[in-house]
Order: sequence, then C-alpha cells, then structure tokens
Amino acid sequence: MVKHAAIVGSGPSGFYAAEALLNALPDIVIDMFERLPTPYGLVRSGVAPDHPKLKQVTLVFDKIMRSERFNFLGNVSVGTDLSLEALQQSYDIVVLAYGASTDRKMGVLGEGLTNSHSATEFVGWYNGHPDFRDCTFDLSQEVAVVVGHGNVAADVARILLQPPEDLRRTDIAAHALEVLAESKIREVHLVGRRGPAQAKFTTRELRGLGLIPQCQALTHGSAVTLGPACELEIADRLNINALQNVEFFRGLCDAAEAQVARKLIFHFCLSPERLEGEAGRVERFVFRRNTLRGNPFEQAAAPTEELFGIDCGLVFGSIGYRGQPLERVPFDFRRGVVPNRKGRVECDGTAVDGLYVTGWLKRGPTGIIGTNRADSIETVQQILEDLPSRTPRPQGGRRQLVESISRRSAPVIGLPEWLKIDAAECAMGRQANKPREKFTRIPDMINVVSQGRAGNVSDCCGASAG
Amino acid sequence: MPHVVTDNCRLCLFTDCVEHCPVQCFHADGERSYIDPDVCIDCGACIPACPVQAIHEVFEPDAERELLELNKERSRTLPTISVKRSPLPSAAARQAELGF
Repeated sequence: MVKHAAIVGSGPSGFYAAEALLNALPDIVIDMFERLPTPYGLVRSGVAPDHPKLKQVTLVFDKIMRSERFNFLGNVSVGTDLSLEALQQSYDIVVLAYGASTDRKMGVLGEGLTNSHSATEFVGWYNGHPDFRDCTFDLSQEVAVVVGHGNVAADVARILLQPPEDLRRTDIAAHALEVLAESKIREVHLVGRRGPAQAKFTTRELRGLGLIPQCQALTHGSAVTLGPACELEIADRLNINALQNVEFFRGLCDAAEAQVARKLIFHFCLSPERLEGEAGRVERFVFRRNTLRGNPFEQAAAPTEELFGIDCGLVFGSIGYRGQPLERVPFDFRRGVVPNRKGRVECDGTAVDGLYVTGWLKRGPTGIIGTNRADSIETVQQILEDLPSRTPRPQGGRRQLVESISRRSAPVIGLPEWLKIDAAECAMGRQANKPREKFTRIPDMINVVSQGRAGNVSDCCGASAG
Repeated sequence: MPHVVTDNCRLCLFTDCVEHCPVQCFHADGERSYIDPDVCIDCGACIPACPVQAIHEVFEPDAERELLELNKERSRTLPTISVKRSPLPSAAARQAELGF
C-alpha cells in the first residue's frame, strides 16, 4: 500500500528527512513543496559565496531528487497556494522543514533607524534571494557594527571586509558585488554579549576572519582574561571548539597594530542598549557592559552600570534566525520554533496526528549543515514508530491535490524545470567566470521554464498510484 | 582543509559521526572508520559527535602525511557507512583508556 509523505521546505533538513524515509520505506512516495522555484534552502541562500566547497552537499540532494519515489514541487507555497490542512488530509505524513527565515530582533531603542539591518537581510541580499533583492545597504559608511558571535555574524563581517576582487569569481549576486566594489567600509566591530569562551563561532570560521587580505583582526587584551568558570569550561575535553577559539583570541592580543586598509575588532561582554542618530540614521551604538555570573557552562551575562559607545554608520543584528508560524500549527513564539518532542509536533504536550517537524524549525537556528542529518533521522524514527497505528488517508486525495495545484496559472517547478533554471544560471556564470549567476527575481526563473514548455506538469508526479 | 579519523577510533567504532555527515564520506572495517578526503566537504559536523574525539581537521598536511594517506587509501577499498551501528564491545574500555 503506497504511502505518501509531504515535506514542506527544500533545505538540508527536508532532504535528509526524505533520504531517511526513502531508505526505510520501500513503498513511500514523497512530494517536497518549496515556496521558491529553486531548491536547497540556506545552502543556496545562506552559505557564503566564498565557501563553495560546502555547497557541494547539493550533489547529495540532487541524488535524492532523482529518485523515482520523490517529486520536487517548487513555486508552491504551503499556506498561500494550498493549505496545510489540505496537506494533512491528503498525505499520510506531513513534515514541516521550512526552517527559520526571519531574524531575532535586538529589541532596543533605535533599532528601526536607517542603516540598522538584520544579518538575515544582508545575507539574503548578497546571496541573491528574491525576497531581499531590493534591499539597499549604505556601504558609503566607514564603520560597521555586527552584533553576534556566531558563524552568520562572521560571514557578514567577512563579506564586508573581503577585497571585492576576491569575490568576483564566486556565485555572489551581481547586484551585491557592484555595491561591495564601491564600499568605503574600513572598520567592522564584532560584538558579543558574553566572553571569548562562550563565542559560538566554529574555530575554522574564526580563523578565517584572521586571514582576510589587507585586514587585521584585533581585540583588547583585558577582554581575553578569563574568569575561573570560563577556565573550567575550556579545560573540558569535550569543549575543544571553545579552547581553540580562546587561543585564537589570545593570539590577536599580542599582535602589533599593522598598517592595513581594514580592521576587524572583537568585543566581548557587551549587550545592545540603544542606537542613536540624528536625521533618522544610525550614528552611534551604545552598549552596556556585562560581567559573567554562574556555574561553568551556565555563564550568564549580568548587566553593570557601565556603558560603552561605538561611533558607526551601519549596524547588523546577527543574534539568530527565527522561525515563523504557519496557519494553526502550534508555535512557540518565545523560541521561534514549533513545539515538538523529537520531531513529533505537539499541541500543549499532546502529539498532533501525522504532523512532524525537523531542522531549524524544530530545534532552533543551531548547528551546521550536517547537524540536520542526525536531526532528521531522529524525526523519521518517530514517523516510523507511529506509522503502523495511523489511519490511512482516503485514496486519490493526494493525486487530486497535486492536479489542482498544476491547474494554477503559476507553473509548478519540477525537477526538469529546475534543471533548466540551473543550466541557465551556470551558462550566465560562465560568461562572468563564476560558477553561476543566480536569477534574483522569480519571474526571470519562470521565464526560462515557460519558453518551449510542453506537456502536463503533473506528469512529474506520475510516480505513484492513488 | 581535510578531516581525518585518528587511531582513537580503533576498538571503539562508536559511529555517531556517520549520521552527522552530509555527504557519507565515512568508510569502515571491523575495527575503525576512515574519512575519504576527496568526498569530505570540510563542514566539520562530525567532530563534536565523536565521544573520543577521534576526528580533527588537518591544518598542516605535511605534518600529518601518513594519517591522511591512511584515510585516503582505506576509503578506496572499504564500504561506506552512513547508518549508526552499536559500538564495539571494547569501546567502553577504550573510551576510559583515552580519558573520556
């Protein structure tokens, strides 16, 4: 008896859930719904353009897409083009894997001033995500402040400070490269709420910040003096990342100040207090100094009376991506996730029949690409446990749903259509010595597909009966 | 820079790492695992997963030539492992011996 699963979202967690389901159930057919015409989620629109090797993970996703029991349905928005309720009625299993697309706000006065942005917008913009195509960033400013000590903040700082020449041959969006080529930014401050031992950077990314051409990374010596609890944290053999991070920061303290064009300065134990500026624009970022209190591994930032200001013209908040609610699905507004136990969606502690969640929407915006694989495997474990006792969906429901989507005027982008878009991007890239030149507007993507289209798109979903 | 599995894995084979790997670059025999450096995308997800820290990133390839070669060669002939298995019977003792 063929089972049907719907996966909402086409990033790593969605693909790994598909992989685990395809491996475990020989008779399952999976429909993956993606709002954009293009797949891969943050691997396409989040991973920095100067990290091309990481993007090779899409080869794994491509293999999954080619399975006869898998259908990609791009340009279909669950919640807009079809309801989640319709999915739940038509599919035996529904997995929410649509990630975290908005940002956690700092929540301070002045956050709305011009030239105050979220990292989410900037990253989406330089990576050519259609939602952020028309954002503008004033890179005529000389000093920028990035709030956050994680890999996303590191990416923002690095893209701001990297010589534009070094980005020219990457898949960075052309409109962003143009703006970055004229950038006057010469100083970026990377500010964290807690100490060097609690910084969330992967050591590798941190080291990368020390290798930016014509840029010196700095920090103040006193900032890297650790308290006893932090010393205990980095002495823990399982906390190697923190130890290596601290070693990196300590290495910065001893360096003589070099004569270079650009500087990257790390600050610790500072929390945003407010943004100030005349004429509606950011001119100064006021922070409150913290001390660290509590047991090792539970070090919390406690505010002091002391304020510390940085004069600047551009601000990026990078304190976490955040999930968004969908229709009537239970949602934890504090954490920005769907409440769940190991991936089973829960409403007030009771499992919601047939509804699962994986990836950042499940656990919050943590980890790296591979983290999602183990996460999705866990979610699929729960699915497999529940499946025998679930009432099968009525016959024909799924086929009807897919056919009704195919009858819309906006085309469904299946695998063949995506491959056309992919080929067009690569061809444009070759002209510019780049791996690809991304389309940044959805109508342009649809255009590629509409030219010379023949046949019924729902053929792509002909892989199953019922 | 390439990631490698060290001798810490021998007699353990916890295999927690394999489920974190996005590209299935792990290979294993009955004793320990290896990373195929040509498939590894340097994402680093496997490193914190190992209970005995048997994986690290190689920053100076010349200093770790033998270990890199071993991982590369064994990956040629051994099957991939992408699903976690139970650790070897000797794993607990080996973990203690390594100080974890």
